[in-house]
Amino acid sequence: MAHFVQQVLDGLASGAIYASLALALVLIFRSTHIVNFAQGEMAMFATFIAWQLFTWGVPVWAAIAATLVVAFLGGMAVERMVIRPVEGSSELTIVIVTLGLLLVFNQGAGWIWDFIIKQFPNPFPAHVFDVGGVRTTAHTAGVVAVLLLIVLGLWALFQHTKIGLAMRAAAENPESSRLVGIRVGRMMMLGWGLAAALGALAGCLVAPRLFLEPNMMFSVTIYAFAAATLGGFDSPGGAVLGGLIVGVTENLAGTYIPFIHQDLKILVPLLVIVAVLLVRPNGLFGHREVVRV
Amino acid sequence: MVAALLTLAAACGGRSNSSSSSGSSGSTASSPGITDTEVKLGGSYPFSGPASAYGAIGKTLEGYFKYVNDQGGVKMGDGKTRKITFTTYDDAYTPANAVANAKRLVEQDQVFALFNTLGTANNTAIMDYANQQKVPQLYVATGAGTFGVNPTAHPFTTGWQLAYPTEAAIYGQYLKDSKPDAKVAVLYQNDDYGKDYLNAFKKAIQGTQIKIVSEQSYETTDPTVDSQVTNLAQTGADVFFNVTTPKFAAQAIKKAGELGWKPLQLLNSVSASITAVLKPAGFENAQNIVSATYIKDPTDPQWDNDAAMKKYKELLPKYASGVDPANSFGVYGFAVGETMVKALEATKKPTRDALMQAVRSMKGVEIGLLLPGVKVTMDGTKDGYPVESGQIVAFKTDRFVLQGKLIDTYEGKSGTLGA
Amino acid sequence: MSERRRVVLVEGTAKYRIAVAVVALVVLAIAIAIPYVMPPFRVFQFTEVLMIAIAVLGLNLLTGYNGQISLGHSAFFALGAYTTTVLIIDHGWNYVLTLPLAFAVAFAAGFLVGIPALRLHGLYLALVTLSLAIVTPPLIKRFEGVTGGAMGRSVPKPGAPGWTGLAQDQWHYFVVLAITAVMVLIARNLVSGRIGRALRAVRDDGLAAETMGVDLAIFKTLTFAYSAGFAGVAGGIFAFVVGFVSPESFTLVLAIGFLSAMVVGGLSSISGAVFGSLFYVFVPVYAADVNDALSGVIYGVALIVVMFLMPAGVVGVLRRVRGLVVDVRKPGAHGPTVAPPVVGRDLSEAAGVPATSSSAEL
Repeated sequence: MAHFVQQVLDGLASGAIYASLALALVLIFRSTHIVNFAQGEMAMFATFIAWQLFTWGVPVWAAIAATLVVAFLGGMAVERMVIRPVEGSSELTIVIVTLGLLLVFNQGAGWIWDFIIKQFPNPFPAHVFDVGGVRTTAHTAGVVAVLLLIVLGLWALFQHTKIGLAMRAAAENPESSRLVGIRVGRMMMLGWGLAAALGALAGCLVAPRLFLEPNMMFSVTIYAFAAATLGGFDSPGGAVLGGLIVGVTENLAGTYIPFIHQDLKILVPLLVIVAVLLVRPNGLFGHREVVRV
Repeated sequence: MVAALLTLAAACGGRSNSSSSSGSSGSTASSPGITDTEVKLGGSYPFSGPASAYGAIGKTLEGYFKYVNDQGGVKMGDGKTRKITFTTYDDAYTPANAVANAKRLVEQDQVFALFNTLGTANNTAIMDYANQQKVPQLYVATGAGTFGVNPTAHPFTTGWQLAYPTEAAIYGQYLKDSKPDAKVAVLYQNDDYGKDYLNAFKKAIQGTQIKIVSEQSYETTDPTVDSQVTNLAQTGADVFFNVTTPKFAAQAIKKAGELGWKPLQLLNSVSASITAVLKPAGFENAQNIVSATYIKDPTDPQWDNDAAMKKYKELLPKYASGVDPANSFGVYGFAVGETMVKALEATKKPTRDALMQAVRSMKGVEIGLLLPGVKVTMDGTKDGYPVESGQIVAFKTDRFVLQGKLIDTYEGKSGTLGA
Repeated sequence: MSERRRVVLVEGTAKYRIAVAVVALVVLAIAIAIPYVMPPFRVFQFTEVLMIAIAVLGLNLLTGYNGQISLGHSAFFALGAYTTTVLIIDHGWNYVLTLPLAFAVAFAAGFLVGIPALRLHGLYLALVTLSLAIVTPPLIKRFEGVTGGAMGRSVPKPGAPGWTGLAQDQWHYFVVLAITAVMVLIARNLVSGRIGRALRAVRDDGLAAETMGVDLAIFKTLTFAYSAGFAGVAGGIFAFVVGFVSPESFTLVLAIGFLSAMVVGGLSSISGAVFGSLFYVFVPVYAADVNDALSGVIYGVALIVVMFLMPAGVVGVLRRVRGLVVDVRKPGAHGPTVAPPVVGRDLSEAAGVPATSSSAEL
């Protein structure tokens, strides 16, 4: 039993990692209707900046805070300089551009900081909780707490602030938004900036556990996509729940289903997603897009 | 349409100077890629893509040969001193690109030998080609046992480093001596590298009281191996055999510490790096970890006054400024580069056959950055493995401490250890 | 745009046919000249280009006509590669004869995936197919007895028959060129045939087509299957041209490569598939020649820049250039045709992908 609970806890810890990046994906999708394949790599790159600041002697929380600002500005710059020129193009064109960005950030980080893993400072206490043989770290608890705060913040932003509503409007219908005086370009930049900052925070939070290197976020991105797909691409709460479900099911399947084993455990969350999408093509908590005929 | 195309193609005939004949060399004439002043070598490395970390080996070697040339070059066995031209191409760690690169090196750049191409799959993909063309494929950068197991079938191909099966056999022997009733939990990467270790380890403990109580694999696409380590820990095994690459090794060691699991840990040499693995995992979790190694760790303070290590730390920043001297790939590059130079020095004639002859008859050659006593020895078609000895080291406080004596009992036997 | 200098060609006239024939001959001449003027490793790379182009052509069927995006075509490519490998090594088949079976196996798998894919659109389908790409390598390792597992399997590379007097690389090139020609013909027939007409009708006005009795589901599923079959043939070629199959060769990176090659080349066009594949094979090579350490960055930047400068792909630019010189008209049409439109978001939203000019060249 303790082993089962331990696997569930480990799964939640992994799930929290997927969820944190999935939130950034959701944020950018909600505010720009773009799926950003480079989200994870941007987060990784920002995490390297925080690591660099830390190795230069900046205290860890200050380094993370400064990095969030840099990432916010960087995200806006990327939107303005790289995404805006292809704004009117097809979805597929934008996908390819974000794939290009993925390569640039991934290989660029390797070029600057090389590929050896780096130890990222743990911003939380190094404490290990032990309840009846089941162990979890203060780090995991901290990540989950931060996640919940972010979900609340995003919910408040999109539901209860003018700027959040304007961002949603700009993404849903740029033309009409312009007519009512929303500066669509700015809203898009804001969306990218916020998502980049959120991604940077995710990167800094997970780096102590995954260890920092240029490929740190690549597989996390895939799982984050799974989480966002499961939860619905436009629902922050759904993304978090999706992430946790993915994390827990893969661990339990890998441990308890003999045929699955560890090598095919990724199959399970993927099958869950396919099953969910066949029943609800927009994810568990997604909203159906209405197509005008 | 198809027939028309083929007929047309046939009508045009083949290439006038078909370069596929370049491989066959007469006994007196020199082979392609070597003149009285120059010898050309070439290798394919992942400078881009997911395995770019290994590209550091290629960069180090470029720098190392530049250093050799700055010293005047290499005086080969025929009395002539030649400069080494080392050409590298990026393969992004994919076999298809490695094939293209090998063809380019052999047919366009006309290298004398392929040297140190990286990766098991990539070398397997070009092995038949190299042997058909009779181009040496020397000192490939992988520990897979397959490259030395059958020198008769692939006379032009050799590995270099301590092969994975040999290292696994060393761990088996170590357990037989120190923990004859060990219950072993294994974490391994689900590919040829992980399986090479696992299978050879199983073979090594056959007929003993040592038991494998749990095997857990991971994919390189897994973000963490926490779930696997949790499963291993709950078996209550008293030995943890950690067959992982650096990132996963660090995660596993850290997770074992968090779970309060304190077995004897055997860490494969692939990840026996202080800065890249043990420090990130936390020294408190890494105490007493045991590994078998054949090469000096640049971050281990015990080599601070070692002549070869001092020279390495002085030269690397000068000749390969992009490579961190603390990176074990740098040491690897220097050591395999020195082996290549020694092989050229022993080559009596400027032919590929003569080079292979020299390589396959090396006996007891010492390389500065290998552990004291580890020597490069091959024996024609009988022994296809250059490095076959290693030593157990244990991590104490902040360094690896050599344990017992050098284990050289597998010299000439590596081919029998794999499954 | 100035009208005076453009040459007017009317489809169906002798002049038009001659122009088309000249272009075709020039292309054929270049294709045949390559193995004679290029060094062997380049010929190998051009063979790779053709191989990739076949897969991209298949993907193009899917995206151009079904409006579906797949990130999972590496799975079908792998199926084809292992089918060919097993038939050659374990059953002694002739390598060319394995390809129809590679096609069939991938086709069947594509059909099965195509059924659930019907219910998903745009982004969600892309992500579900992405999961196909992810599970492919571990699945290959699982079936070790057939696939050789993680160690992979070496496939004997066919040599050139003596009567040709060709070197191995030249022979491979011509064989693959011939196969490419066959696949192009199949693609053309598909597009101009019943399936193509139905799909075009659906794409242009789905509601109308359905009310007129087009069974959307079966056509879309069939297209998915054909698309997978093309990838399977490309995979089969991979097996005997590269001579080594292992799980690491069939990862998500390959699927992403197909997708980017398709978009860079230009959608719904045969020449686009070739241009995109040229980009896919050669840009990394030249980027690495510029700077090893930065080659990945250069490739990424190149992708972005191409999208900036030619959002409709290389073919889009070529069509524009052609539009500057030649004015192709339908018989009976008067006045200038407009240069091909730059594909816009409005057109594409229904399908979730860029719409293509309706006179698709496939």
